[in-house]
Amino acid sequence: MQYRAKILASLSLWTLAVLTVAWADNGSASMNGPLTFASQDGATLYRTICQGCHMSDAEGATGAATYPALAHDPTLAAAAYPVYAIIQGRNAMPSFAAYLSDAQVAAVVNYLRTHFGNDYKDAVSPALASTARASLVHGQN
Amino acid sequence: MALMQNGGMRINRRALFSMIGATAGASVMYNAMSTLGFAATSPYTGPIKLDGNPKGASVLILGAGLAGMTAALELRNAGYTVQILEYNARAGGRNWTLRGGDRITELGGEVQSCQFDEGLYLNPGPWRIPYHHTALLDYCRRLGVALEPFIQVNYNAYVHSSQHFEGKPKRFREVQADSRGHVAELLAKATAQGKLDEVVSKEDAQMLLEALKDWGALDASYAYRESLLTSSRRGYARPPGGGLNGTPLPSTPIALGDLLKAGLWQTLTSGEDFDWQSTIFQPVGGMDRIGKAFERELAGLIRYNAKVTAIDQDAQGVTVRYADARSGAESQQARADWCVCTIPLSILSRMNVTAGAPLLNAINSVPYGFAVKTGLQFKRRFWEQDEAIYGGITFTDLPICQISYPSTGYHSSGKGVLLGSFTAAAAGFGFNATNSIAFTAMTAAERVKKSVEYGAQIHPQYREEFDNGISVAWHRVPSNLGCYGAWTKQTRAEHYRNLCEIDGRLVLAGEHASELSGWQEGAVLSALDAIERLHRRVVSA
Repeated sequence: MQYRAKILASLSLWTLAVLTVAWADNGSASMNGPLTFASQDGATLYRTICQGCHMSDAEGATGAATYPALAHDPTLAAAAYPVYAIIQGRNAMPSFAAYLSDAQVAAVVNYLRTHFGNDYKDAVSPALASTARASLVHGQN
Repeated sequence: MALMQNGGMRINRRALFSMIGATAGASVMYNAMSTLGFAATSPYTGPIKLDGNPKGASVLILGAGLAGMTAALELRNAGYTVQILEYNARAGGRNWTLRGGDRITELGGEVQSCQFDEGLYLNPGPWRIPYHHTALLDYCRRLGVALEPFIQVNYNAYVHSSQHFEGKPKRFREVQADSRGHVAELLAKATAQGKLDEVVSKEDAQMLLEALKDWGALDASYAYRESLLTSSRRGYARPPGGGLNGTPLPSTPIALGDLLKAGLWQTLTSGEDFDWQSTIFQPVGGMDRIGKAFERELAGLIRYNAKVTAIDQDAQGVTVRYADARSGAESQQARADWCVCTIPLSILSRMNVTAGAPLLNAINSVPYGFAVKTGLQFKRRFWEQDEAIYGGITFTDLPICQISYPSTGYHSSGKGVLLGSFTAAAAGFGFNATNSIAFTAMTAAERVKKSVEYGAQIHPQYREEFDNGISVAWHRVPSNLGCYGAWTKQTRAEHYRNLCEIDGRLVLAGEHASELSGWQEGAVLSALDAIERLHRRVVSA
C-alpha cells in the first residue's frame, strides 16, 4: 500500500480520519469510504472527477496554463497512457490511485476512449490498471 | 525591549543571545533562545538585511502574490531595479477576498457576480494567520494591516455526524467534555484497580487519580455522570439564572459507546494543532488587506494581465516572454539580470523554462492540492440570533466538511455571510480529497446549491434565510490551476532542495518552495530565503 501511504503523506497540512461519507443524490458518484468514490460507472466517474479540470465537454481549458483536451485526443489510442496517467499522476496531474479501484479506472478510461469524439474499440481491463498500480507500488515512476 | 534583569543590569535579548552565541556556540544559544521561547516558533529573526551594493542589478519577478511582492519590496529597498509581471488584473495571488460587485470567471467560462452586502466578504484562499507565523505578522505590522482574532474553536458550535444521533448536531462543548470525562473515568478505574501498577508507581497513581478527577470533571468516586459538575463543562439542561428561576438543572452526558461509534471525537483537536492554536488572526476587513498593502508599497512596479509563456536564461540574464492575459495579444519580452519566479508549479510545469534537469524535474513532480470554498449570504445572522454561535467552525461528515461563522460583525442587524463549505477540511473529520474533487467537478452554481442543501441538515434556517452565494474551486481558478503544492515525503526528499536552489539566473519562491505547504508564511519565508541567497551571489560577483 505504498502508493496510498505516499498520497496520505502529502496531506501534512490536514489531519486524516476515517469516516463514511455519503454522496447519496442524483447520480453523482457516492462516497462509500474516506478516500474512494462509489460509482462503478465510467460516465458518472468522469462527471464526478475528470471534468473538474478537463471540463464537461472534455475540451480542456486555458488560463495561465492549459488543461489538455481529452476530446478527439489521439494520445488516447494507446490505452495504457490514460490508465498510467490516472494511477501514477503526470506532472501537475495528481495520482488518483488512492481514490479509485482498478475496475473504476478501467471504467472511466473505457468511457473516455469511446466518447467525446474518441472511438477506440479495444476495451481496457482492470488488469492493466493493476499493472500500473504495481509499478507505482514498486516506485518505478 | 529589555527582557531580563541581571545583577541590576538590564540586557536586551538580542545582546544576550549574541553574548551567549559568542561565548558558548550556536547550539547553546539555540537552547537559550528556546528556553526564552523564541527559536522554537519561526526561523524569521526580523526584517531582512541585504547589505552590500547590488550595483544596479535588475530583477524580474514573476507573480505578484505574497512571495513575489515580499521579494520585490525587499530587493527594491536594497537598491535593485525591480519589475513584476502578474497574470491577474490585481495583485495578491491567493491572498484574495471576494466582496459584493466582484466578478470572477472560472476555467470553463462560468461567470459569477458576488452579491454580498457592503462589508461582507469571503476569503477564498488563506483565511487565518497563526501567532507563530512571525514573518507574515511582521509584514502586517510594518505595512499597517490591522488584525483581529479569528475564532478557530467555538465550544458552542457544532460537531455533526449525518449517520448518528438521528443526524442532529451536537455542541462541541458536549462532545469535548463527554469524550474527556469518559476517558478520564476509564483511566481512573484502571488506576484504582491496580491495572497500571506496572507502569505507574503508587505515589504517582494517587496523583494521577487527582489529576484525572480535575481533568475529566469526575465526582468523588471518579465517575463521569450527570451532575452540575459535569454540566459546568458540557452545559446545562437549564443554566444558572437569577431570582426564583435561577436554579440550574444538569444535562445528561452522551454515552461513551455512542460517542465512539459516531466518530465525533475526530473533530475535537483542530484547535490543538500547532497550526490552528490560539491566538490565530485574520486581517480586519478581509485577507486581501495584506496583498493590497504590499501593492501600495510597490506602486508602478507591477505589470498586470501579463501571462508569462516562456522563461529563457543565458549567462548574462533572463528573458521572459509574456502575452496579454485578456486578449492573448502578441508576445512581449522582459529582460533582467536575475529572475525570482513565484508562478505556481501547476502553471510552471506546463511552460517552457530554460533550466537544469534537477530544477525541471522538481517543477514537474508536485501535483496541486484540491480545495473548494463556498460563501453563503443569509438574510440574517441566525447562527448568532437563534443559536448563540459567534464565530468558530462547525465540523460535519457531510461533503461540505465545515461551516465557519464570521469572526466579526457580531449582532449586526443586516445580512451575514458564512463559509458554507470548505472541502479541504482542516482537521475535524479529516482531509477527504474526494469531497474537494467532486465539488471541483460541479459548476459553481451547483456547489452553492449543494452547500445550502447539506448545510440545511445542520441549520434548518438555511431554507428560509438563504440569499445568495459564490464558490471558488482552486483547480478552476485561471491564475492557479490548483490550491497548493502537494508534496509527499518522497517527492520532498527527492526534489525539494533542487526546487529551491538557484539555477543560473533563476530562483523559485512561493509556498511550494517552503515546508509550510499552503500557508502564506511559507510564501514569505521562501521569498526571503531566495533573495538572501540571490543577493549574496550578486554582491560577491
